[in-house]
Amino acid sequence: MIKPIAIVAGMFIAGMAFPAAAANHQPTLTVYTYSSFVSEWGPGPAIKQAFEADCACELDFVGLEDGVSVLSRLRLEGANTKADVVLGLDTSIMAEARATGLLAPHGVDLDHLALPDAWDDDVFVPFDYGFFAVVYDKTRLADPPTSLDELVNGDPAEKIVIQDPRTSTPGLGLLLWMQKVYGDDAPDAWAKLNARVLTVTKGWSEAYGMFLDGEAPMVLSYTTSPAYHAIVEQEDRFVAAAFTEGHYMQIEVAALVGSAAEPELARRFLRFVVSPGFQSTIPTGNWMYPVIELPEGLPPEFAALPRPAAALLIAPEAVAANRKAWIDAWLEAMSR
Amino acid sequence: MARAAPALLPGIAVLAGLALLVGGALGALLAAAPAGASASLWGDTYLGRVIVFTLWQASLSALISVGMAVAVARALARRAEFPGRDLLLRLFGLPLVIPVIVAVLGMVAVYGQNGMVNRLLAGTGLPTGQFLYGLSGILIAHVFFNMPLAARLLLYAWQSIPGETWRLASQLGMSSGQIFRLIEWPLLRQVIPGVAGLVFMLCFTSFTVVLTLGGGPGGTIIEVAIYQALRLDFDLTRAVTLALIQIALCAAFVGCGLLFARAVSTAPTEGRLLGRPDVASRGGRIADALVIVVAAIIVLLPLVAVIGAGLRGPLVDVLADATLWRAAARSLTIALSAGVLALVLGWAILLTSRELRMRRRRPRAAEAVELSGSLVLVVSPIVLGAGLFVALMPLTDVFSVGLELVIVVNAMMGLPYVIRLLGPPLMRVAEQHDRLCDSLGIAGWNRLGLIEWPALRRPAGLALAVCSALAMGDLGAIALFGTRETATLPLLLYQRMGSYRLDEAAVTALVLVTMCLALFVVIERGMGGRGAR
Repeated sequence: MIKPIAIVAGMFIAGMAFPAAAANHQPTLTVYTYSSFVSEWGPGPAIKQAFEADCACELDFVGLEDGVSVLSRLRLEGANTKADVVLGLDTSIMAEARATGLLAPHGVDLDHLALPDAWDDDVFVPFDYGFFAVVYDKTRLADPPTSLDELVNGDPAEKIVIQDPRTSTPGLGLLLWMQKVYGDDAPDAWAKLNARVLTVTKGWSEAYGMFLDGEAPMVLSYTTSPAYHAIVEQEDRFVAAAFTEGHYMQIEVAALVGSAAEPELARRFLRFVVSPGFQSTIPTGNWMYPVIELPEGLPPEFAALPRPAAALLIAPEAVAANRKAWIDAWLEAMSR
Repeated sequence: MARAAPALLPGIAVLAGLALLVGGALGALLAAAPAGASASLWGDTYLGRVIVFTLWQASLSALISVGMAVAVARALARRAEFPGRDLLLRLFGLPLVIPVIVAVLGMVAVYGQNGMVNRLLAGTGLPTGQFLYGLSGILIAHVFFNMPLAARLLLYAWQSIPGETWRLASQLGMSSGQIFRLIEWPLLRQVIPGVAGLVFMLCFTSFTVVLTLGGGPGGTIIEVAIYQALRLDFDLTRAVTLALIQIALCAAFVGCGLLFARAVSTAPTEGRLLGRPDVASRGGRIADALVIVVAAIIVLLPLVAVIGAGLRGPLVDVLADATLWRAAARSLTIALSAGVLALVLGWAILLTSRELRMRRRRPRAAEAVELSGSLVLVVSPIVLGAGLFVALMPLTDVFSVGLELVIVVNAMMGLPYVIRLLGPPLMRVAEQHDRLCDSLGIAGWNRLGLIEWPALRRPAGLALAVCSALAMGDLGAIALFGTRETATLPLLLYQRMGSYRLDEAAVTALVLVTMCLALFVVIERGMGGRGAR
């Protein structure tokens, strides 16, 4: 009896040997965001360091599963939320977030932003943007699609892995992209595209993992994905296909929580969000485009990425009003 | 009835705690639902299709997994000296505890378009096929996840056959078929419903596998509809209602299955180990070897793919990363705490069900107690997480008790395994020693130390190992409550994947698998004593 107890106790002590960070008495700014933003490989750590350098405060990131979870958490907590700022919502769920009434005007001057379309919103501060794209492996696909229409009508033997719009942000992005380009004909287009879909995954990671493992020559991702492979892996096999109809855009936003315990600190943070200190971490941290012209410019590898012919976006209110019906139509079309 | 209430108390207390936790979570979520119409569930054809598909895929998965497990367990029981048998049994514990996303990529590497199987077929000039995406893919994956554990659970049934039975069988010159019909089947009939019920419940809510390998939204299960309701639609009432439907359907199906279970009473035995008489034939030997090899291939190929991907990744960089070891330490803390808690709680439930079954002759009530303990497995994790969050919010800072919450939730999820692994041996101990204990007045801690522990340390060790490893590989609970800086290993793995670093994620998965295997070996050896398997 002694030995097993000793083993278990030993393991416990090993587990407890890393104490939690010591508390300090500075004001704390709590920011809800998604987990990959605050991970070691995301922009979170550098942003925390830069902001804490002169705010005389502690920046406390809470990482949730994804942007939609940030909104769910905010809705569950209501006015009792611990969050001062939410960061990581996007244009497809902005209307719902606004309708909660839990967010307050930011009061940040956004005149210097360099987004594809002018941004004028008194609640949401954009912090990065990107374009959904079909990423392919050029060693396996000689004749990539050059338009959404070619993707839809192309050779069913050349497969693509996409994500489910019910569970994944890129999945919802493709749904809106198809909706924007095809309008009422979107269900028919989906029924055709279905022949090329190898499988529909729960999230981006499964789909991209399958693509990198060579399971399919195409995957739904972002125009910026090839930049990761070029910069980190010096690998140029992966290319984002430029589509003539334009690419659907995702703008990620942050907002001030109305019941924030530290409203002044929160506003200061939101001003920091659109400053170079925050924005310079975005290209190679979040693999998205910054919302301002960076003083140092973008990494050269970004120049090789396709710049969409048009930045497509459906107004957040229209997305909120129709999302359910569009998803139902998608389900029906994909089950034909 | 002098010993009336106290003997039933442990299990009742645990079940009451579970009911309070789950009921409180669901109730809090309902109370938090904003006023306004919730989408009606009646006449919802989408939902109807989803429910039918959920039941269909879970039933098929359970049927195939347990059917194969019977064959595998029988072959392993007949071939105690099969080379590598012990290692194989340890590896059988792994599929269920690897994070699902890693296992799915392992399945793709083996059975996918470009997988090992298709490359092998192409290499030999045979036609290749696409069979991973669709119902077949779901079934292949569910067999990989569940057949090994089911086989281990069933193997216990064989190991419980007393030596005297085999002596009798050989004296009567029974054939293999007669042995199966007269000795093995009655015993299997007793344990299969419980094992099949466990597999059914696991497949019922197997969200990532069904979505990713289902090929398209045709394969949607109730858990996806819950996810949809709770997240984008934020229809809390619908989410809770669907969660309740999920629990009720599982209770009805698994409960019906348990009605087929027939208790077999075993007579006191000398505990002598005697071999069975039907193992010498050449045909039997070849057939058993074939079954074991096929099972080994099914389990090993995806594991080899996962381990291979890890070994090809940037090993040194990842292993030198202090974050990894901090996460590993945290995961180990969660794993062992949750494992011990699950073992204690599960044991308490079993003491009550044993009292009901043995002394009060109320086997149906005993089944009900065990089933209630198992049903936590099908409480939708996302609803439970959100509900607990809402319920605890007014009471405490949920983030500051995040670690404790994760441990409790993981322990709850381990209960069904403890009940299945420890239940049968616990009943057997009572059958064999109750009269002796009563006549000598051995009770309480004395009985635990003298009678129960020596007989139960092996299954208890396995139960602790399984629950700990499960908690180690679980992402669900930790992701639900949100995290500050310290990650667990599975969370680290997902973060790496989410940041394009799939090669580093593969190494992280390798570390996780190695640690799970080490947990199995250390805990089973440490608790089960030498020779434990």
